[in-house]
Amino acid sequence: MSTTTHAPDVTLRVAVRDLDPRPDRRPSRLRSLLGGYLPVAIATVVVVLPLAWMAVSSFKRPGEIVHLPIEWLPSTAYPGNYVEAARTVSFGRLFLNSAIVTAVGAGTKVVLALLTAYALVFIRFPAKRLVFTLVLVALMVPPHIALVPNYTLIAQLGGRNTLWGIVLPGLGTAFGTFLLRQQFLSLPRSIVEAAEIDGAGHLRRLVSIVAPISAPSIATVALISIVFEWNEYLWPLIITDDPRYMTLPVGLTLLQNSESGSAAWGVLMAGTVVVIVPILLVFAALQRWIVAGLTQGAVTG
Amino acid sequence: MSAIETAPRRRHPRRREYLTFLAFAGPNLLMIALFTYRPLLLNIQYSTLSWNLGSRTATVVGLGNYTKWFSNPRSWEVLRVTGVFTLATVGGTLVLGLLLATALNQRVKGRTAARSIIFAPYVLSGVGVGLVWLFIFDPMYGALSAVLRLWGATGPDWYLDRRWALVMVIIVYVWKNLGYAAVVYLAALQSVPQDLLDAAALDGAGTLRRFTHITVPLLSPTTFFLLITTTLSSLQSFDLIHVMTKGGPIDGTTTLMYQVYVEAFVNGRAGYSAAIATILFAILLVVTVLQMRFLERKVHYS
Repeated sequence: MSTTTHAPDVTLRVAVRDLDPRPDRRPSRLRSLLGGYLPVAIATVVVVLPLAWMAVSSFKRPGEIVHLPIEWLPSTAYPGNYVEAARTVSFGRLFLNSAIVTAVGAGTKVVLALLTAYALVFIRFPAKRLVFTLVLVALMVPPHIALVPNYTLIAQLGGRNTLWGIVLPGLGTAFGTFLLRQQFLSLPRSIVEAAEIDGAGHLRRLVSIVAPISAPSIATVALISIVFEWNEYLWPLIITDDPRYMTLPVGLTLLQNSESGSAAWGVLMAGTVVVIVPILLVFAALQRWIVAGLTQGAVTG
Repeated sequence: MSAIETAPRRRHPRRREYLTFLAFAGPNLLMIALFTYRPLLLNIQYSTLSWNLGSRTATVVGLGNYTKWFSNPRSWEVLRVTGVFTLATVGGTLVLGLLLATALNQRVKGRTAARSIIFAPYVLSGVGVGLVWLFIFDPMYGALSAVLRLWGATGPDWYLDRRWALVMVIIVYVWKNLGYAAVVYLAALQSVPQDLLDAAALDGAGTLRRFTHITVPLLSPTTFFLLITTTLSSLQSFDLIHVMTKGGPIDGTTTLMYQVYVEAFVNGRAGYSAAIATILFAILLVVTVLQMRFLERKVHYS
């Protein structure tokens, strides 16, 4: 997968170098400035500034937030907003809930996707094509369209205001199955067949052969699941109303409702930092796999 | 699972293989059936009930919820808002995404880093992004009104004017999703054959002409793909609207998806909400079928 996004860069560089001595027109500096640097610079600034503003504002005193004319930077870094956010809606607890939901949800998804994709590719079964079609169609079913039936089922099972009630409906994974199946289909059959002759069972073949050589794809599925679980909002919002069982995004809107007045923006930005920065760090470190996985559908068609 | 594999069932190796398949794929398939397929069908049944969320009794009203929705003038306003929101977000994302991809496709230093930064908002929490921008749009203390004041201008009341509130949500939605379109377009741009562009250049075609006559037509499969995927996600967007406007002011930002949520979980009218969800599902289905038709065609091409 990482190759699909990075191969074009190489070809482009080669193509551009070939083109360099253009027959009739030298690449004008002005054009590369207006057509390349300027839009890219503007877009980068438009993306970075709001996030920087969030971070800076989270360290402003309430008086500095509502000061007119605006004070762009705080006089000193004031940590009180974080203290206030933690006090009002116990952000520590919310952070822990989000971490548990994300770890359990993403972990289970990866395991289920691995097992299903392996079965679809390597295990004999009469109705395999039908099974795959059902997975494929599930991939296209809009996830939030049928809220009420899932809500009633989880509520009947006693899952309101529980962490398992938040996690359970999202555990099935059509996306991960689809992505890993594509990867497994590209593996040379001979590797797995060799293990079969050695008498290794399916689970051993998956764990010791298929999974290790598919590590980048598995990382992609894991990372995208982590991002998705951490950010998920609508379902946790519906299924919890007790702050002790909320995830961070839901707690953030609780904070939004309990803090009124413009001076509260500092506290809200502190809460937003806690929601956004972890994913930003994960993205900064591992963006190659995340971008490749999220744009995968476009590449494979 | 290993117990199944080592079980002495030598006489039925094939059956053992089938059981292994079910043991491997079963849990995932069960979850998908229970939480994806089951609610989809049940939702259609619920849509024929007059039923309040949490109530033990419900009356069958047939198509009553649907006629109620279609005969309510408010519904047409919701449809209009949904249409404006979808058209503006999809159009904005695609046009700006293509422009940005074209710029990124030049020999710009730091291109890889810029690409990552521009993509980043796409993976951030919609709730977080919504709050950051709500603060920026704050008519009194927001950074935007401060900048406008520097130029002696005053911005509209983004919070209280229902038309400007919709514009505000659209801007933020495009900000969040632009990077996705740009990266997908960039990948497609890099597969546009350079010799074709060179030949046109030799024939005297200028940059703009090459772009509109060669690049854009060659990108049309990508454009169609993005058109479908961004339309689908735009029609289902919830987080930004809920955090920034709660569908207001006076329904100014209430889309179909948001109405599904409000009717079920704010007003408690589960049957009515299920009917609106079914209408939305029908719209999404049409878009998805279009996509599948297109994909079939694309397979034939290649």
